[in-house]
Amino acid sequence: MDWSAIFLTLRLALVVCTTELIIGTPIALWLSFTRWRYKFFAESVVALPLVLPPTVLGFFVLVALGSNSPIGRWYQALTGHGLAFTFEGLVIASLIASMPFAVQPMAAAFSQVDRNLINASSMLGASRFRTFVRVIFPLSISGVVTGFVLSFAHTLGEFGVVLMVGGNIPGVTETISIAIYDDVQALNYSSANHSALVLLIFSFVVLSITYSLNRRMWGPWSLRRDGARSSAPAK
Amino acid sequence: MKRVNPIVQAAFVLLACIYIWIPVQAAAAELKVAAAADLTFVFKDVAAQFEKQTGNQLKLTYGSSGNFFSQIQNGAPFDLFFSADISFPKKLEAAGLIEPGTIYDYARGEIVIWVPNDSKLDLSKGLAVLLDPSIRKIAVANPVHAPYGAAAVAALQHDKIYDQVKSKFVMGENIAQTAQFVQSGNADVGIVALSLALAPAMKTKGRYVVVPPDDYPPLIQAAVIIKSSTNKELARQFLKFIKQPDTVALMAQYGFTLPEALAADHGSTSAPH
Repeated sequence: MDWSAIFLTLRLALVVCTTELIIGTPIALWLSFTRWRYKFFAESVVALPLVLPPTVLGFFVLVALGSNSPIGRWYQALTGHGLAFTFEGLVIASLIASMPFAVQPMAAAFSQVDRNLINASSMLGASRFRTFVRVIFPLSISGVVTGFVLSFAHTLGEFGVVLMVGGNIPGVTETISIAIYDDVQALNYSSANHSALVLLIFSFVVLSITYSLNRRMWGPWSLRRDGARSSAPAK
Repeated sequence: MKRVNPIVQAAFVLLACIYIWIPVQAAAAELKVAAAADLTFVFKDVAAQFEKQTGNQLKLTYGSSGNFFSQIQNGAPFDLFFSADISFPKKLEAAGLIEPGTIYDYARGEIVIWVPNDSKLDLSKGLAVLLDPSIRKIAVANPVHAPYGAAAVAALQHDKIYDQVKSKFVMGENIAQTAQFVQSGNADVGIVALSLALAPAMKTKGRYVVVPPDDYPPLIQAAVIIKSSTNKELARQFLKFIKQPDTVALMAQYGFTLPEALAADHGSTSAPH
């Protein structure tokens, strides 16, 4: 079994899901609260990676990041190496690929927050940011956690995009799902078996934790369905 | 207002930890080698030998030569490219993407017809065996970007049976995947590289017959140092290592014989098969 591929995958997934939280939250907020007529265009763009074949997405990203593209050349001038077939390139590609998994649960949770509470918060003089931190975010925490975990899990298992953009370089862009693909081709069935088992167990544990968090299984650590932290005082 | 939401606090700590983790990239001391999939097994031994002799590690990526060709054109950070067909290094040379004068043809590749041990097919018929009605799937590498696939198609066209058998093709992305298709029993018969048929994992599982080399254009395998490599000294060292007699002998065990012209240059006595 290939531990370097496992650690690389974990690193990639963690970087992606946390970054997704940072850039996904404003997008989800905007999607939930905007009254723009043509919002559905933006929603479609965010959801595109769900339906687009990973190879198509990977191809687009590869062309966009490659050494013949403006972005690729700019990055090359900046750092001395291109973006394609690097860990950074993989992060960018995975960010795009897992965007809907992060944004959609968050947007759904945000738009279910009672508007009266948000209005009350601003009536009482809270800034928009403070309203978000103290009202919207705590009430949508289960959606945020779901988005976080889903984008993490999706990046963990992504294959097509990673293969196209990363080029399968051991220790740099070879994630666990690609290592499994390689092991099968090299007739290393036992190694493929072990890696696949690790991935299976890991995915199961991650999903179980998410669902249990949403169901108040773990006392003070759990997140109530209605969003409030159960450890918080009642009043 | 003083009290920051603990979840926000936790998120910030988590973020800080993770971003600090990013720069932990692998040291650049290893040699990144893009190797044609027919080298999957032999390069495991070659890499071990190289490491033992020089202490330097190889990072090997296997795939189809055509795929590597397009990746290198797009700036893939490989130091060395071992192609199953010299046309790709030549095209890279024309594009100015390789270190001048480093193309080295290290072997001539051969294709074989391979069947699992329990197959009842009579391989002595050569390629004509593929016409057997009991065959449902024939594993072939994708001729568009895998040189062994192109060779298989050329041989079938040479024997004028291509049109009759092409509907039964299952295409491997590269020659190693093609071998896996038939080794696992999912295809009834496969046209694979001799080097894979001679590998321990395949040798005991089936039998093969060599396709006459005159039936298809020669598969001259060539290695080349990529221009963008940051590790050219080590890359040259590895090329030199590949030319050493004991490495040549090791490669020969897997069916990689030096091209005749080259063998003559070196005054080698390696007999044609």
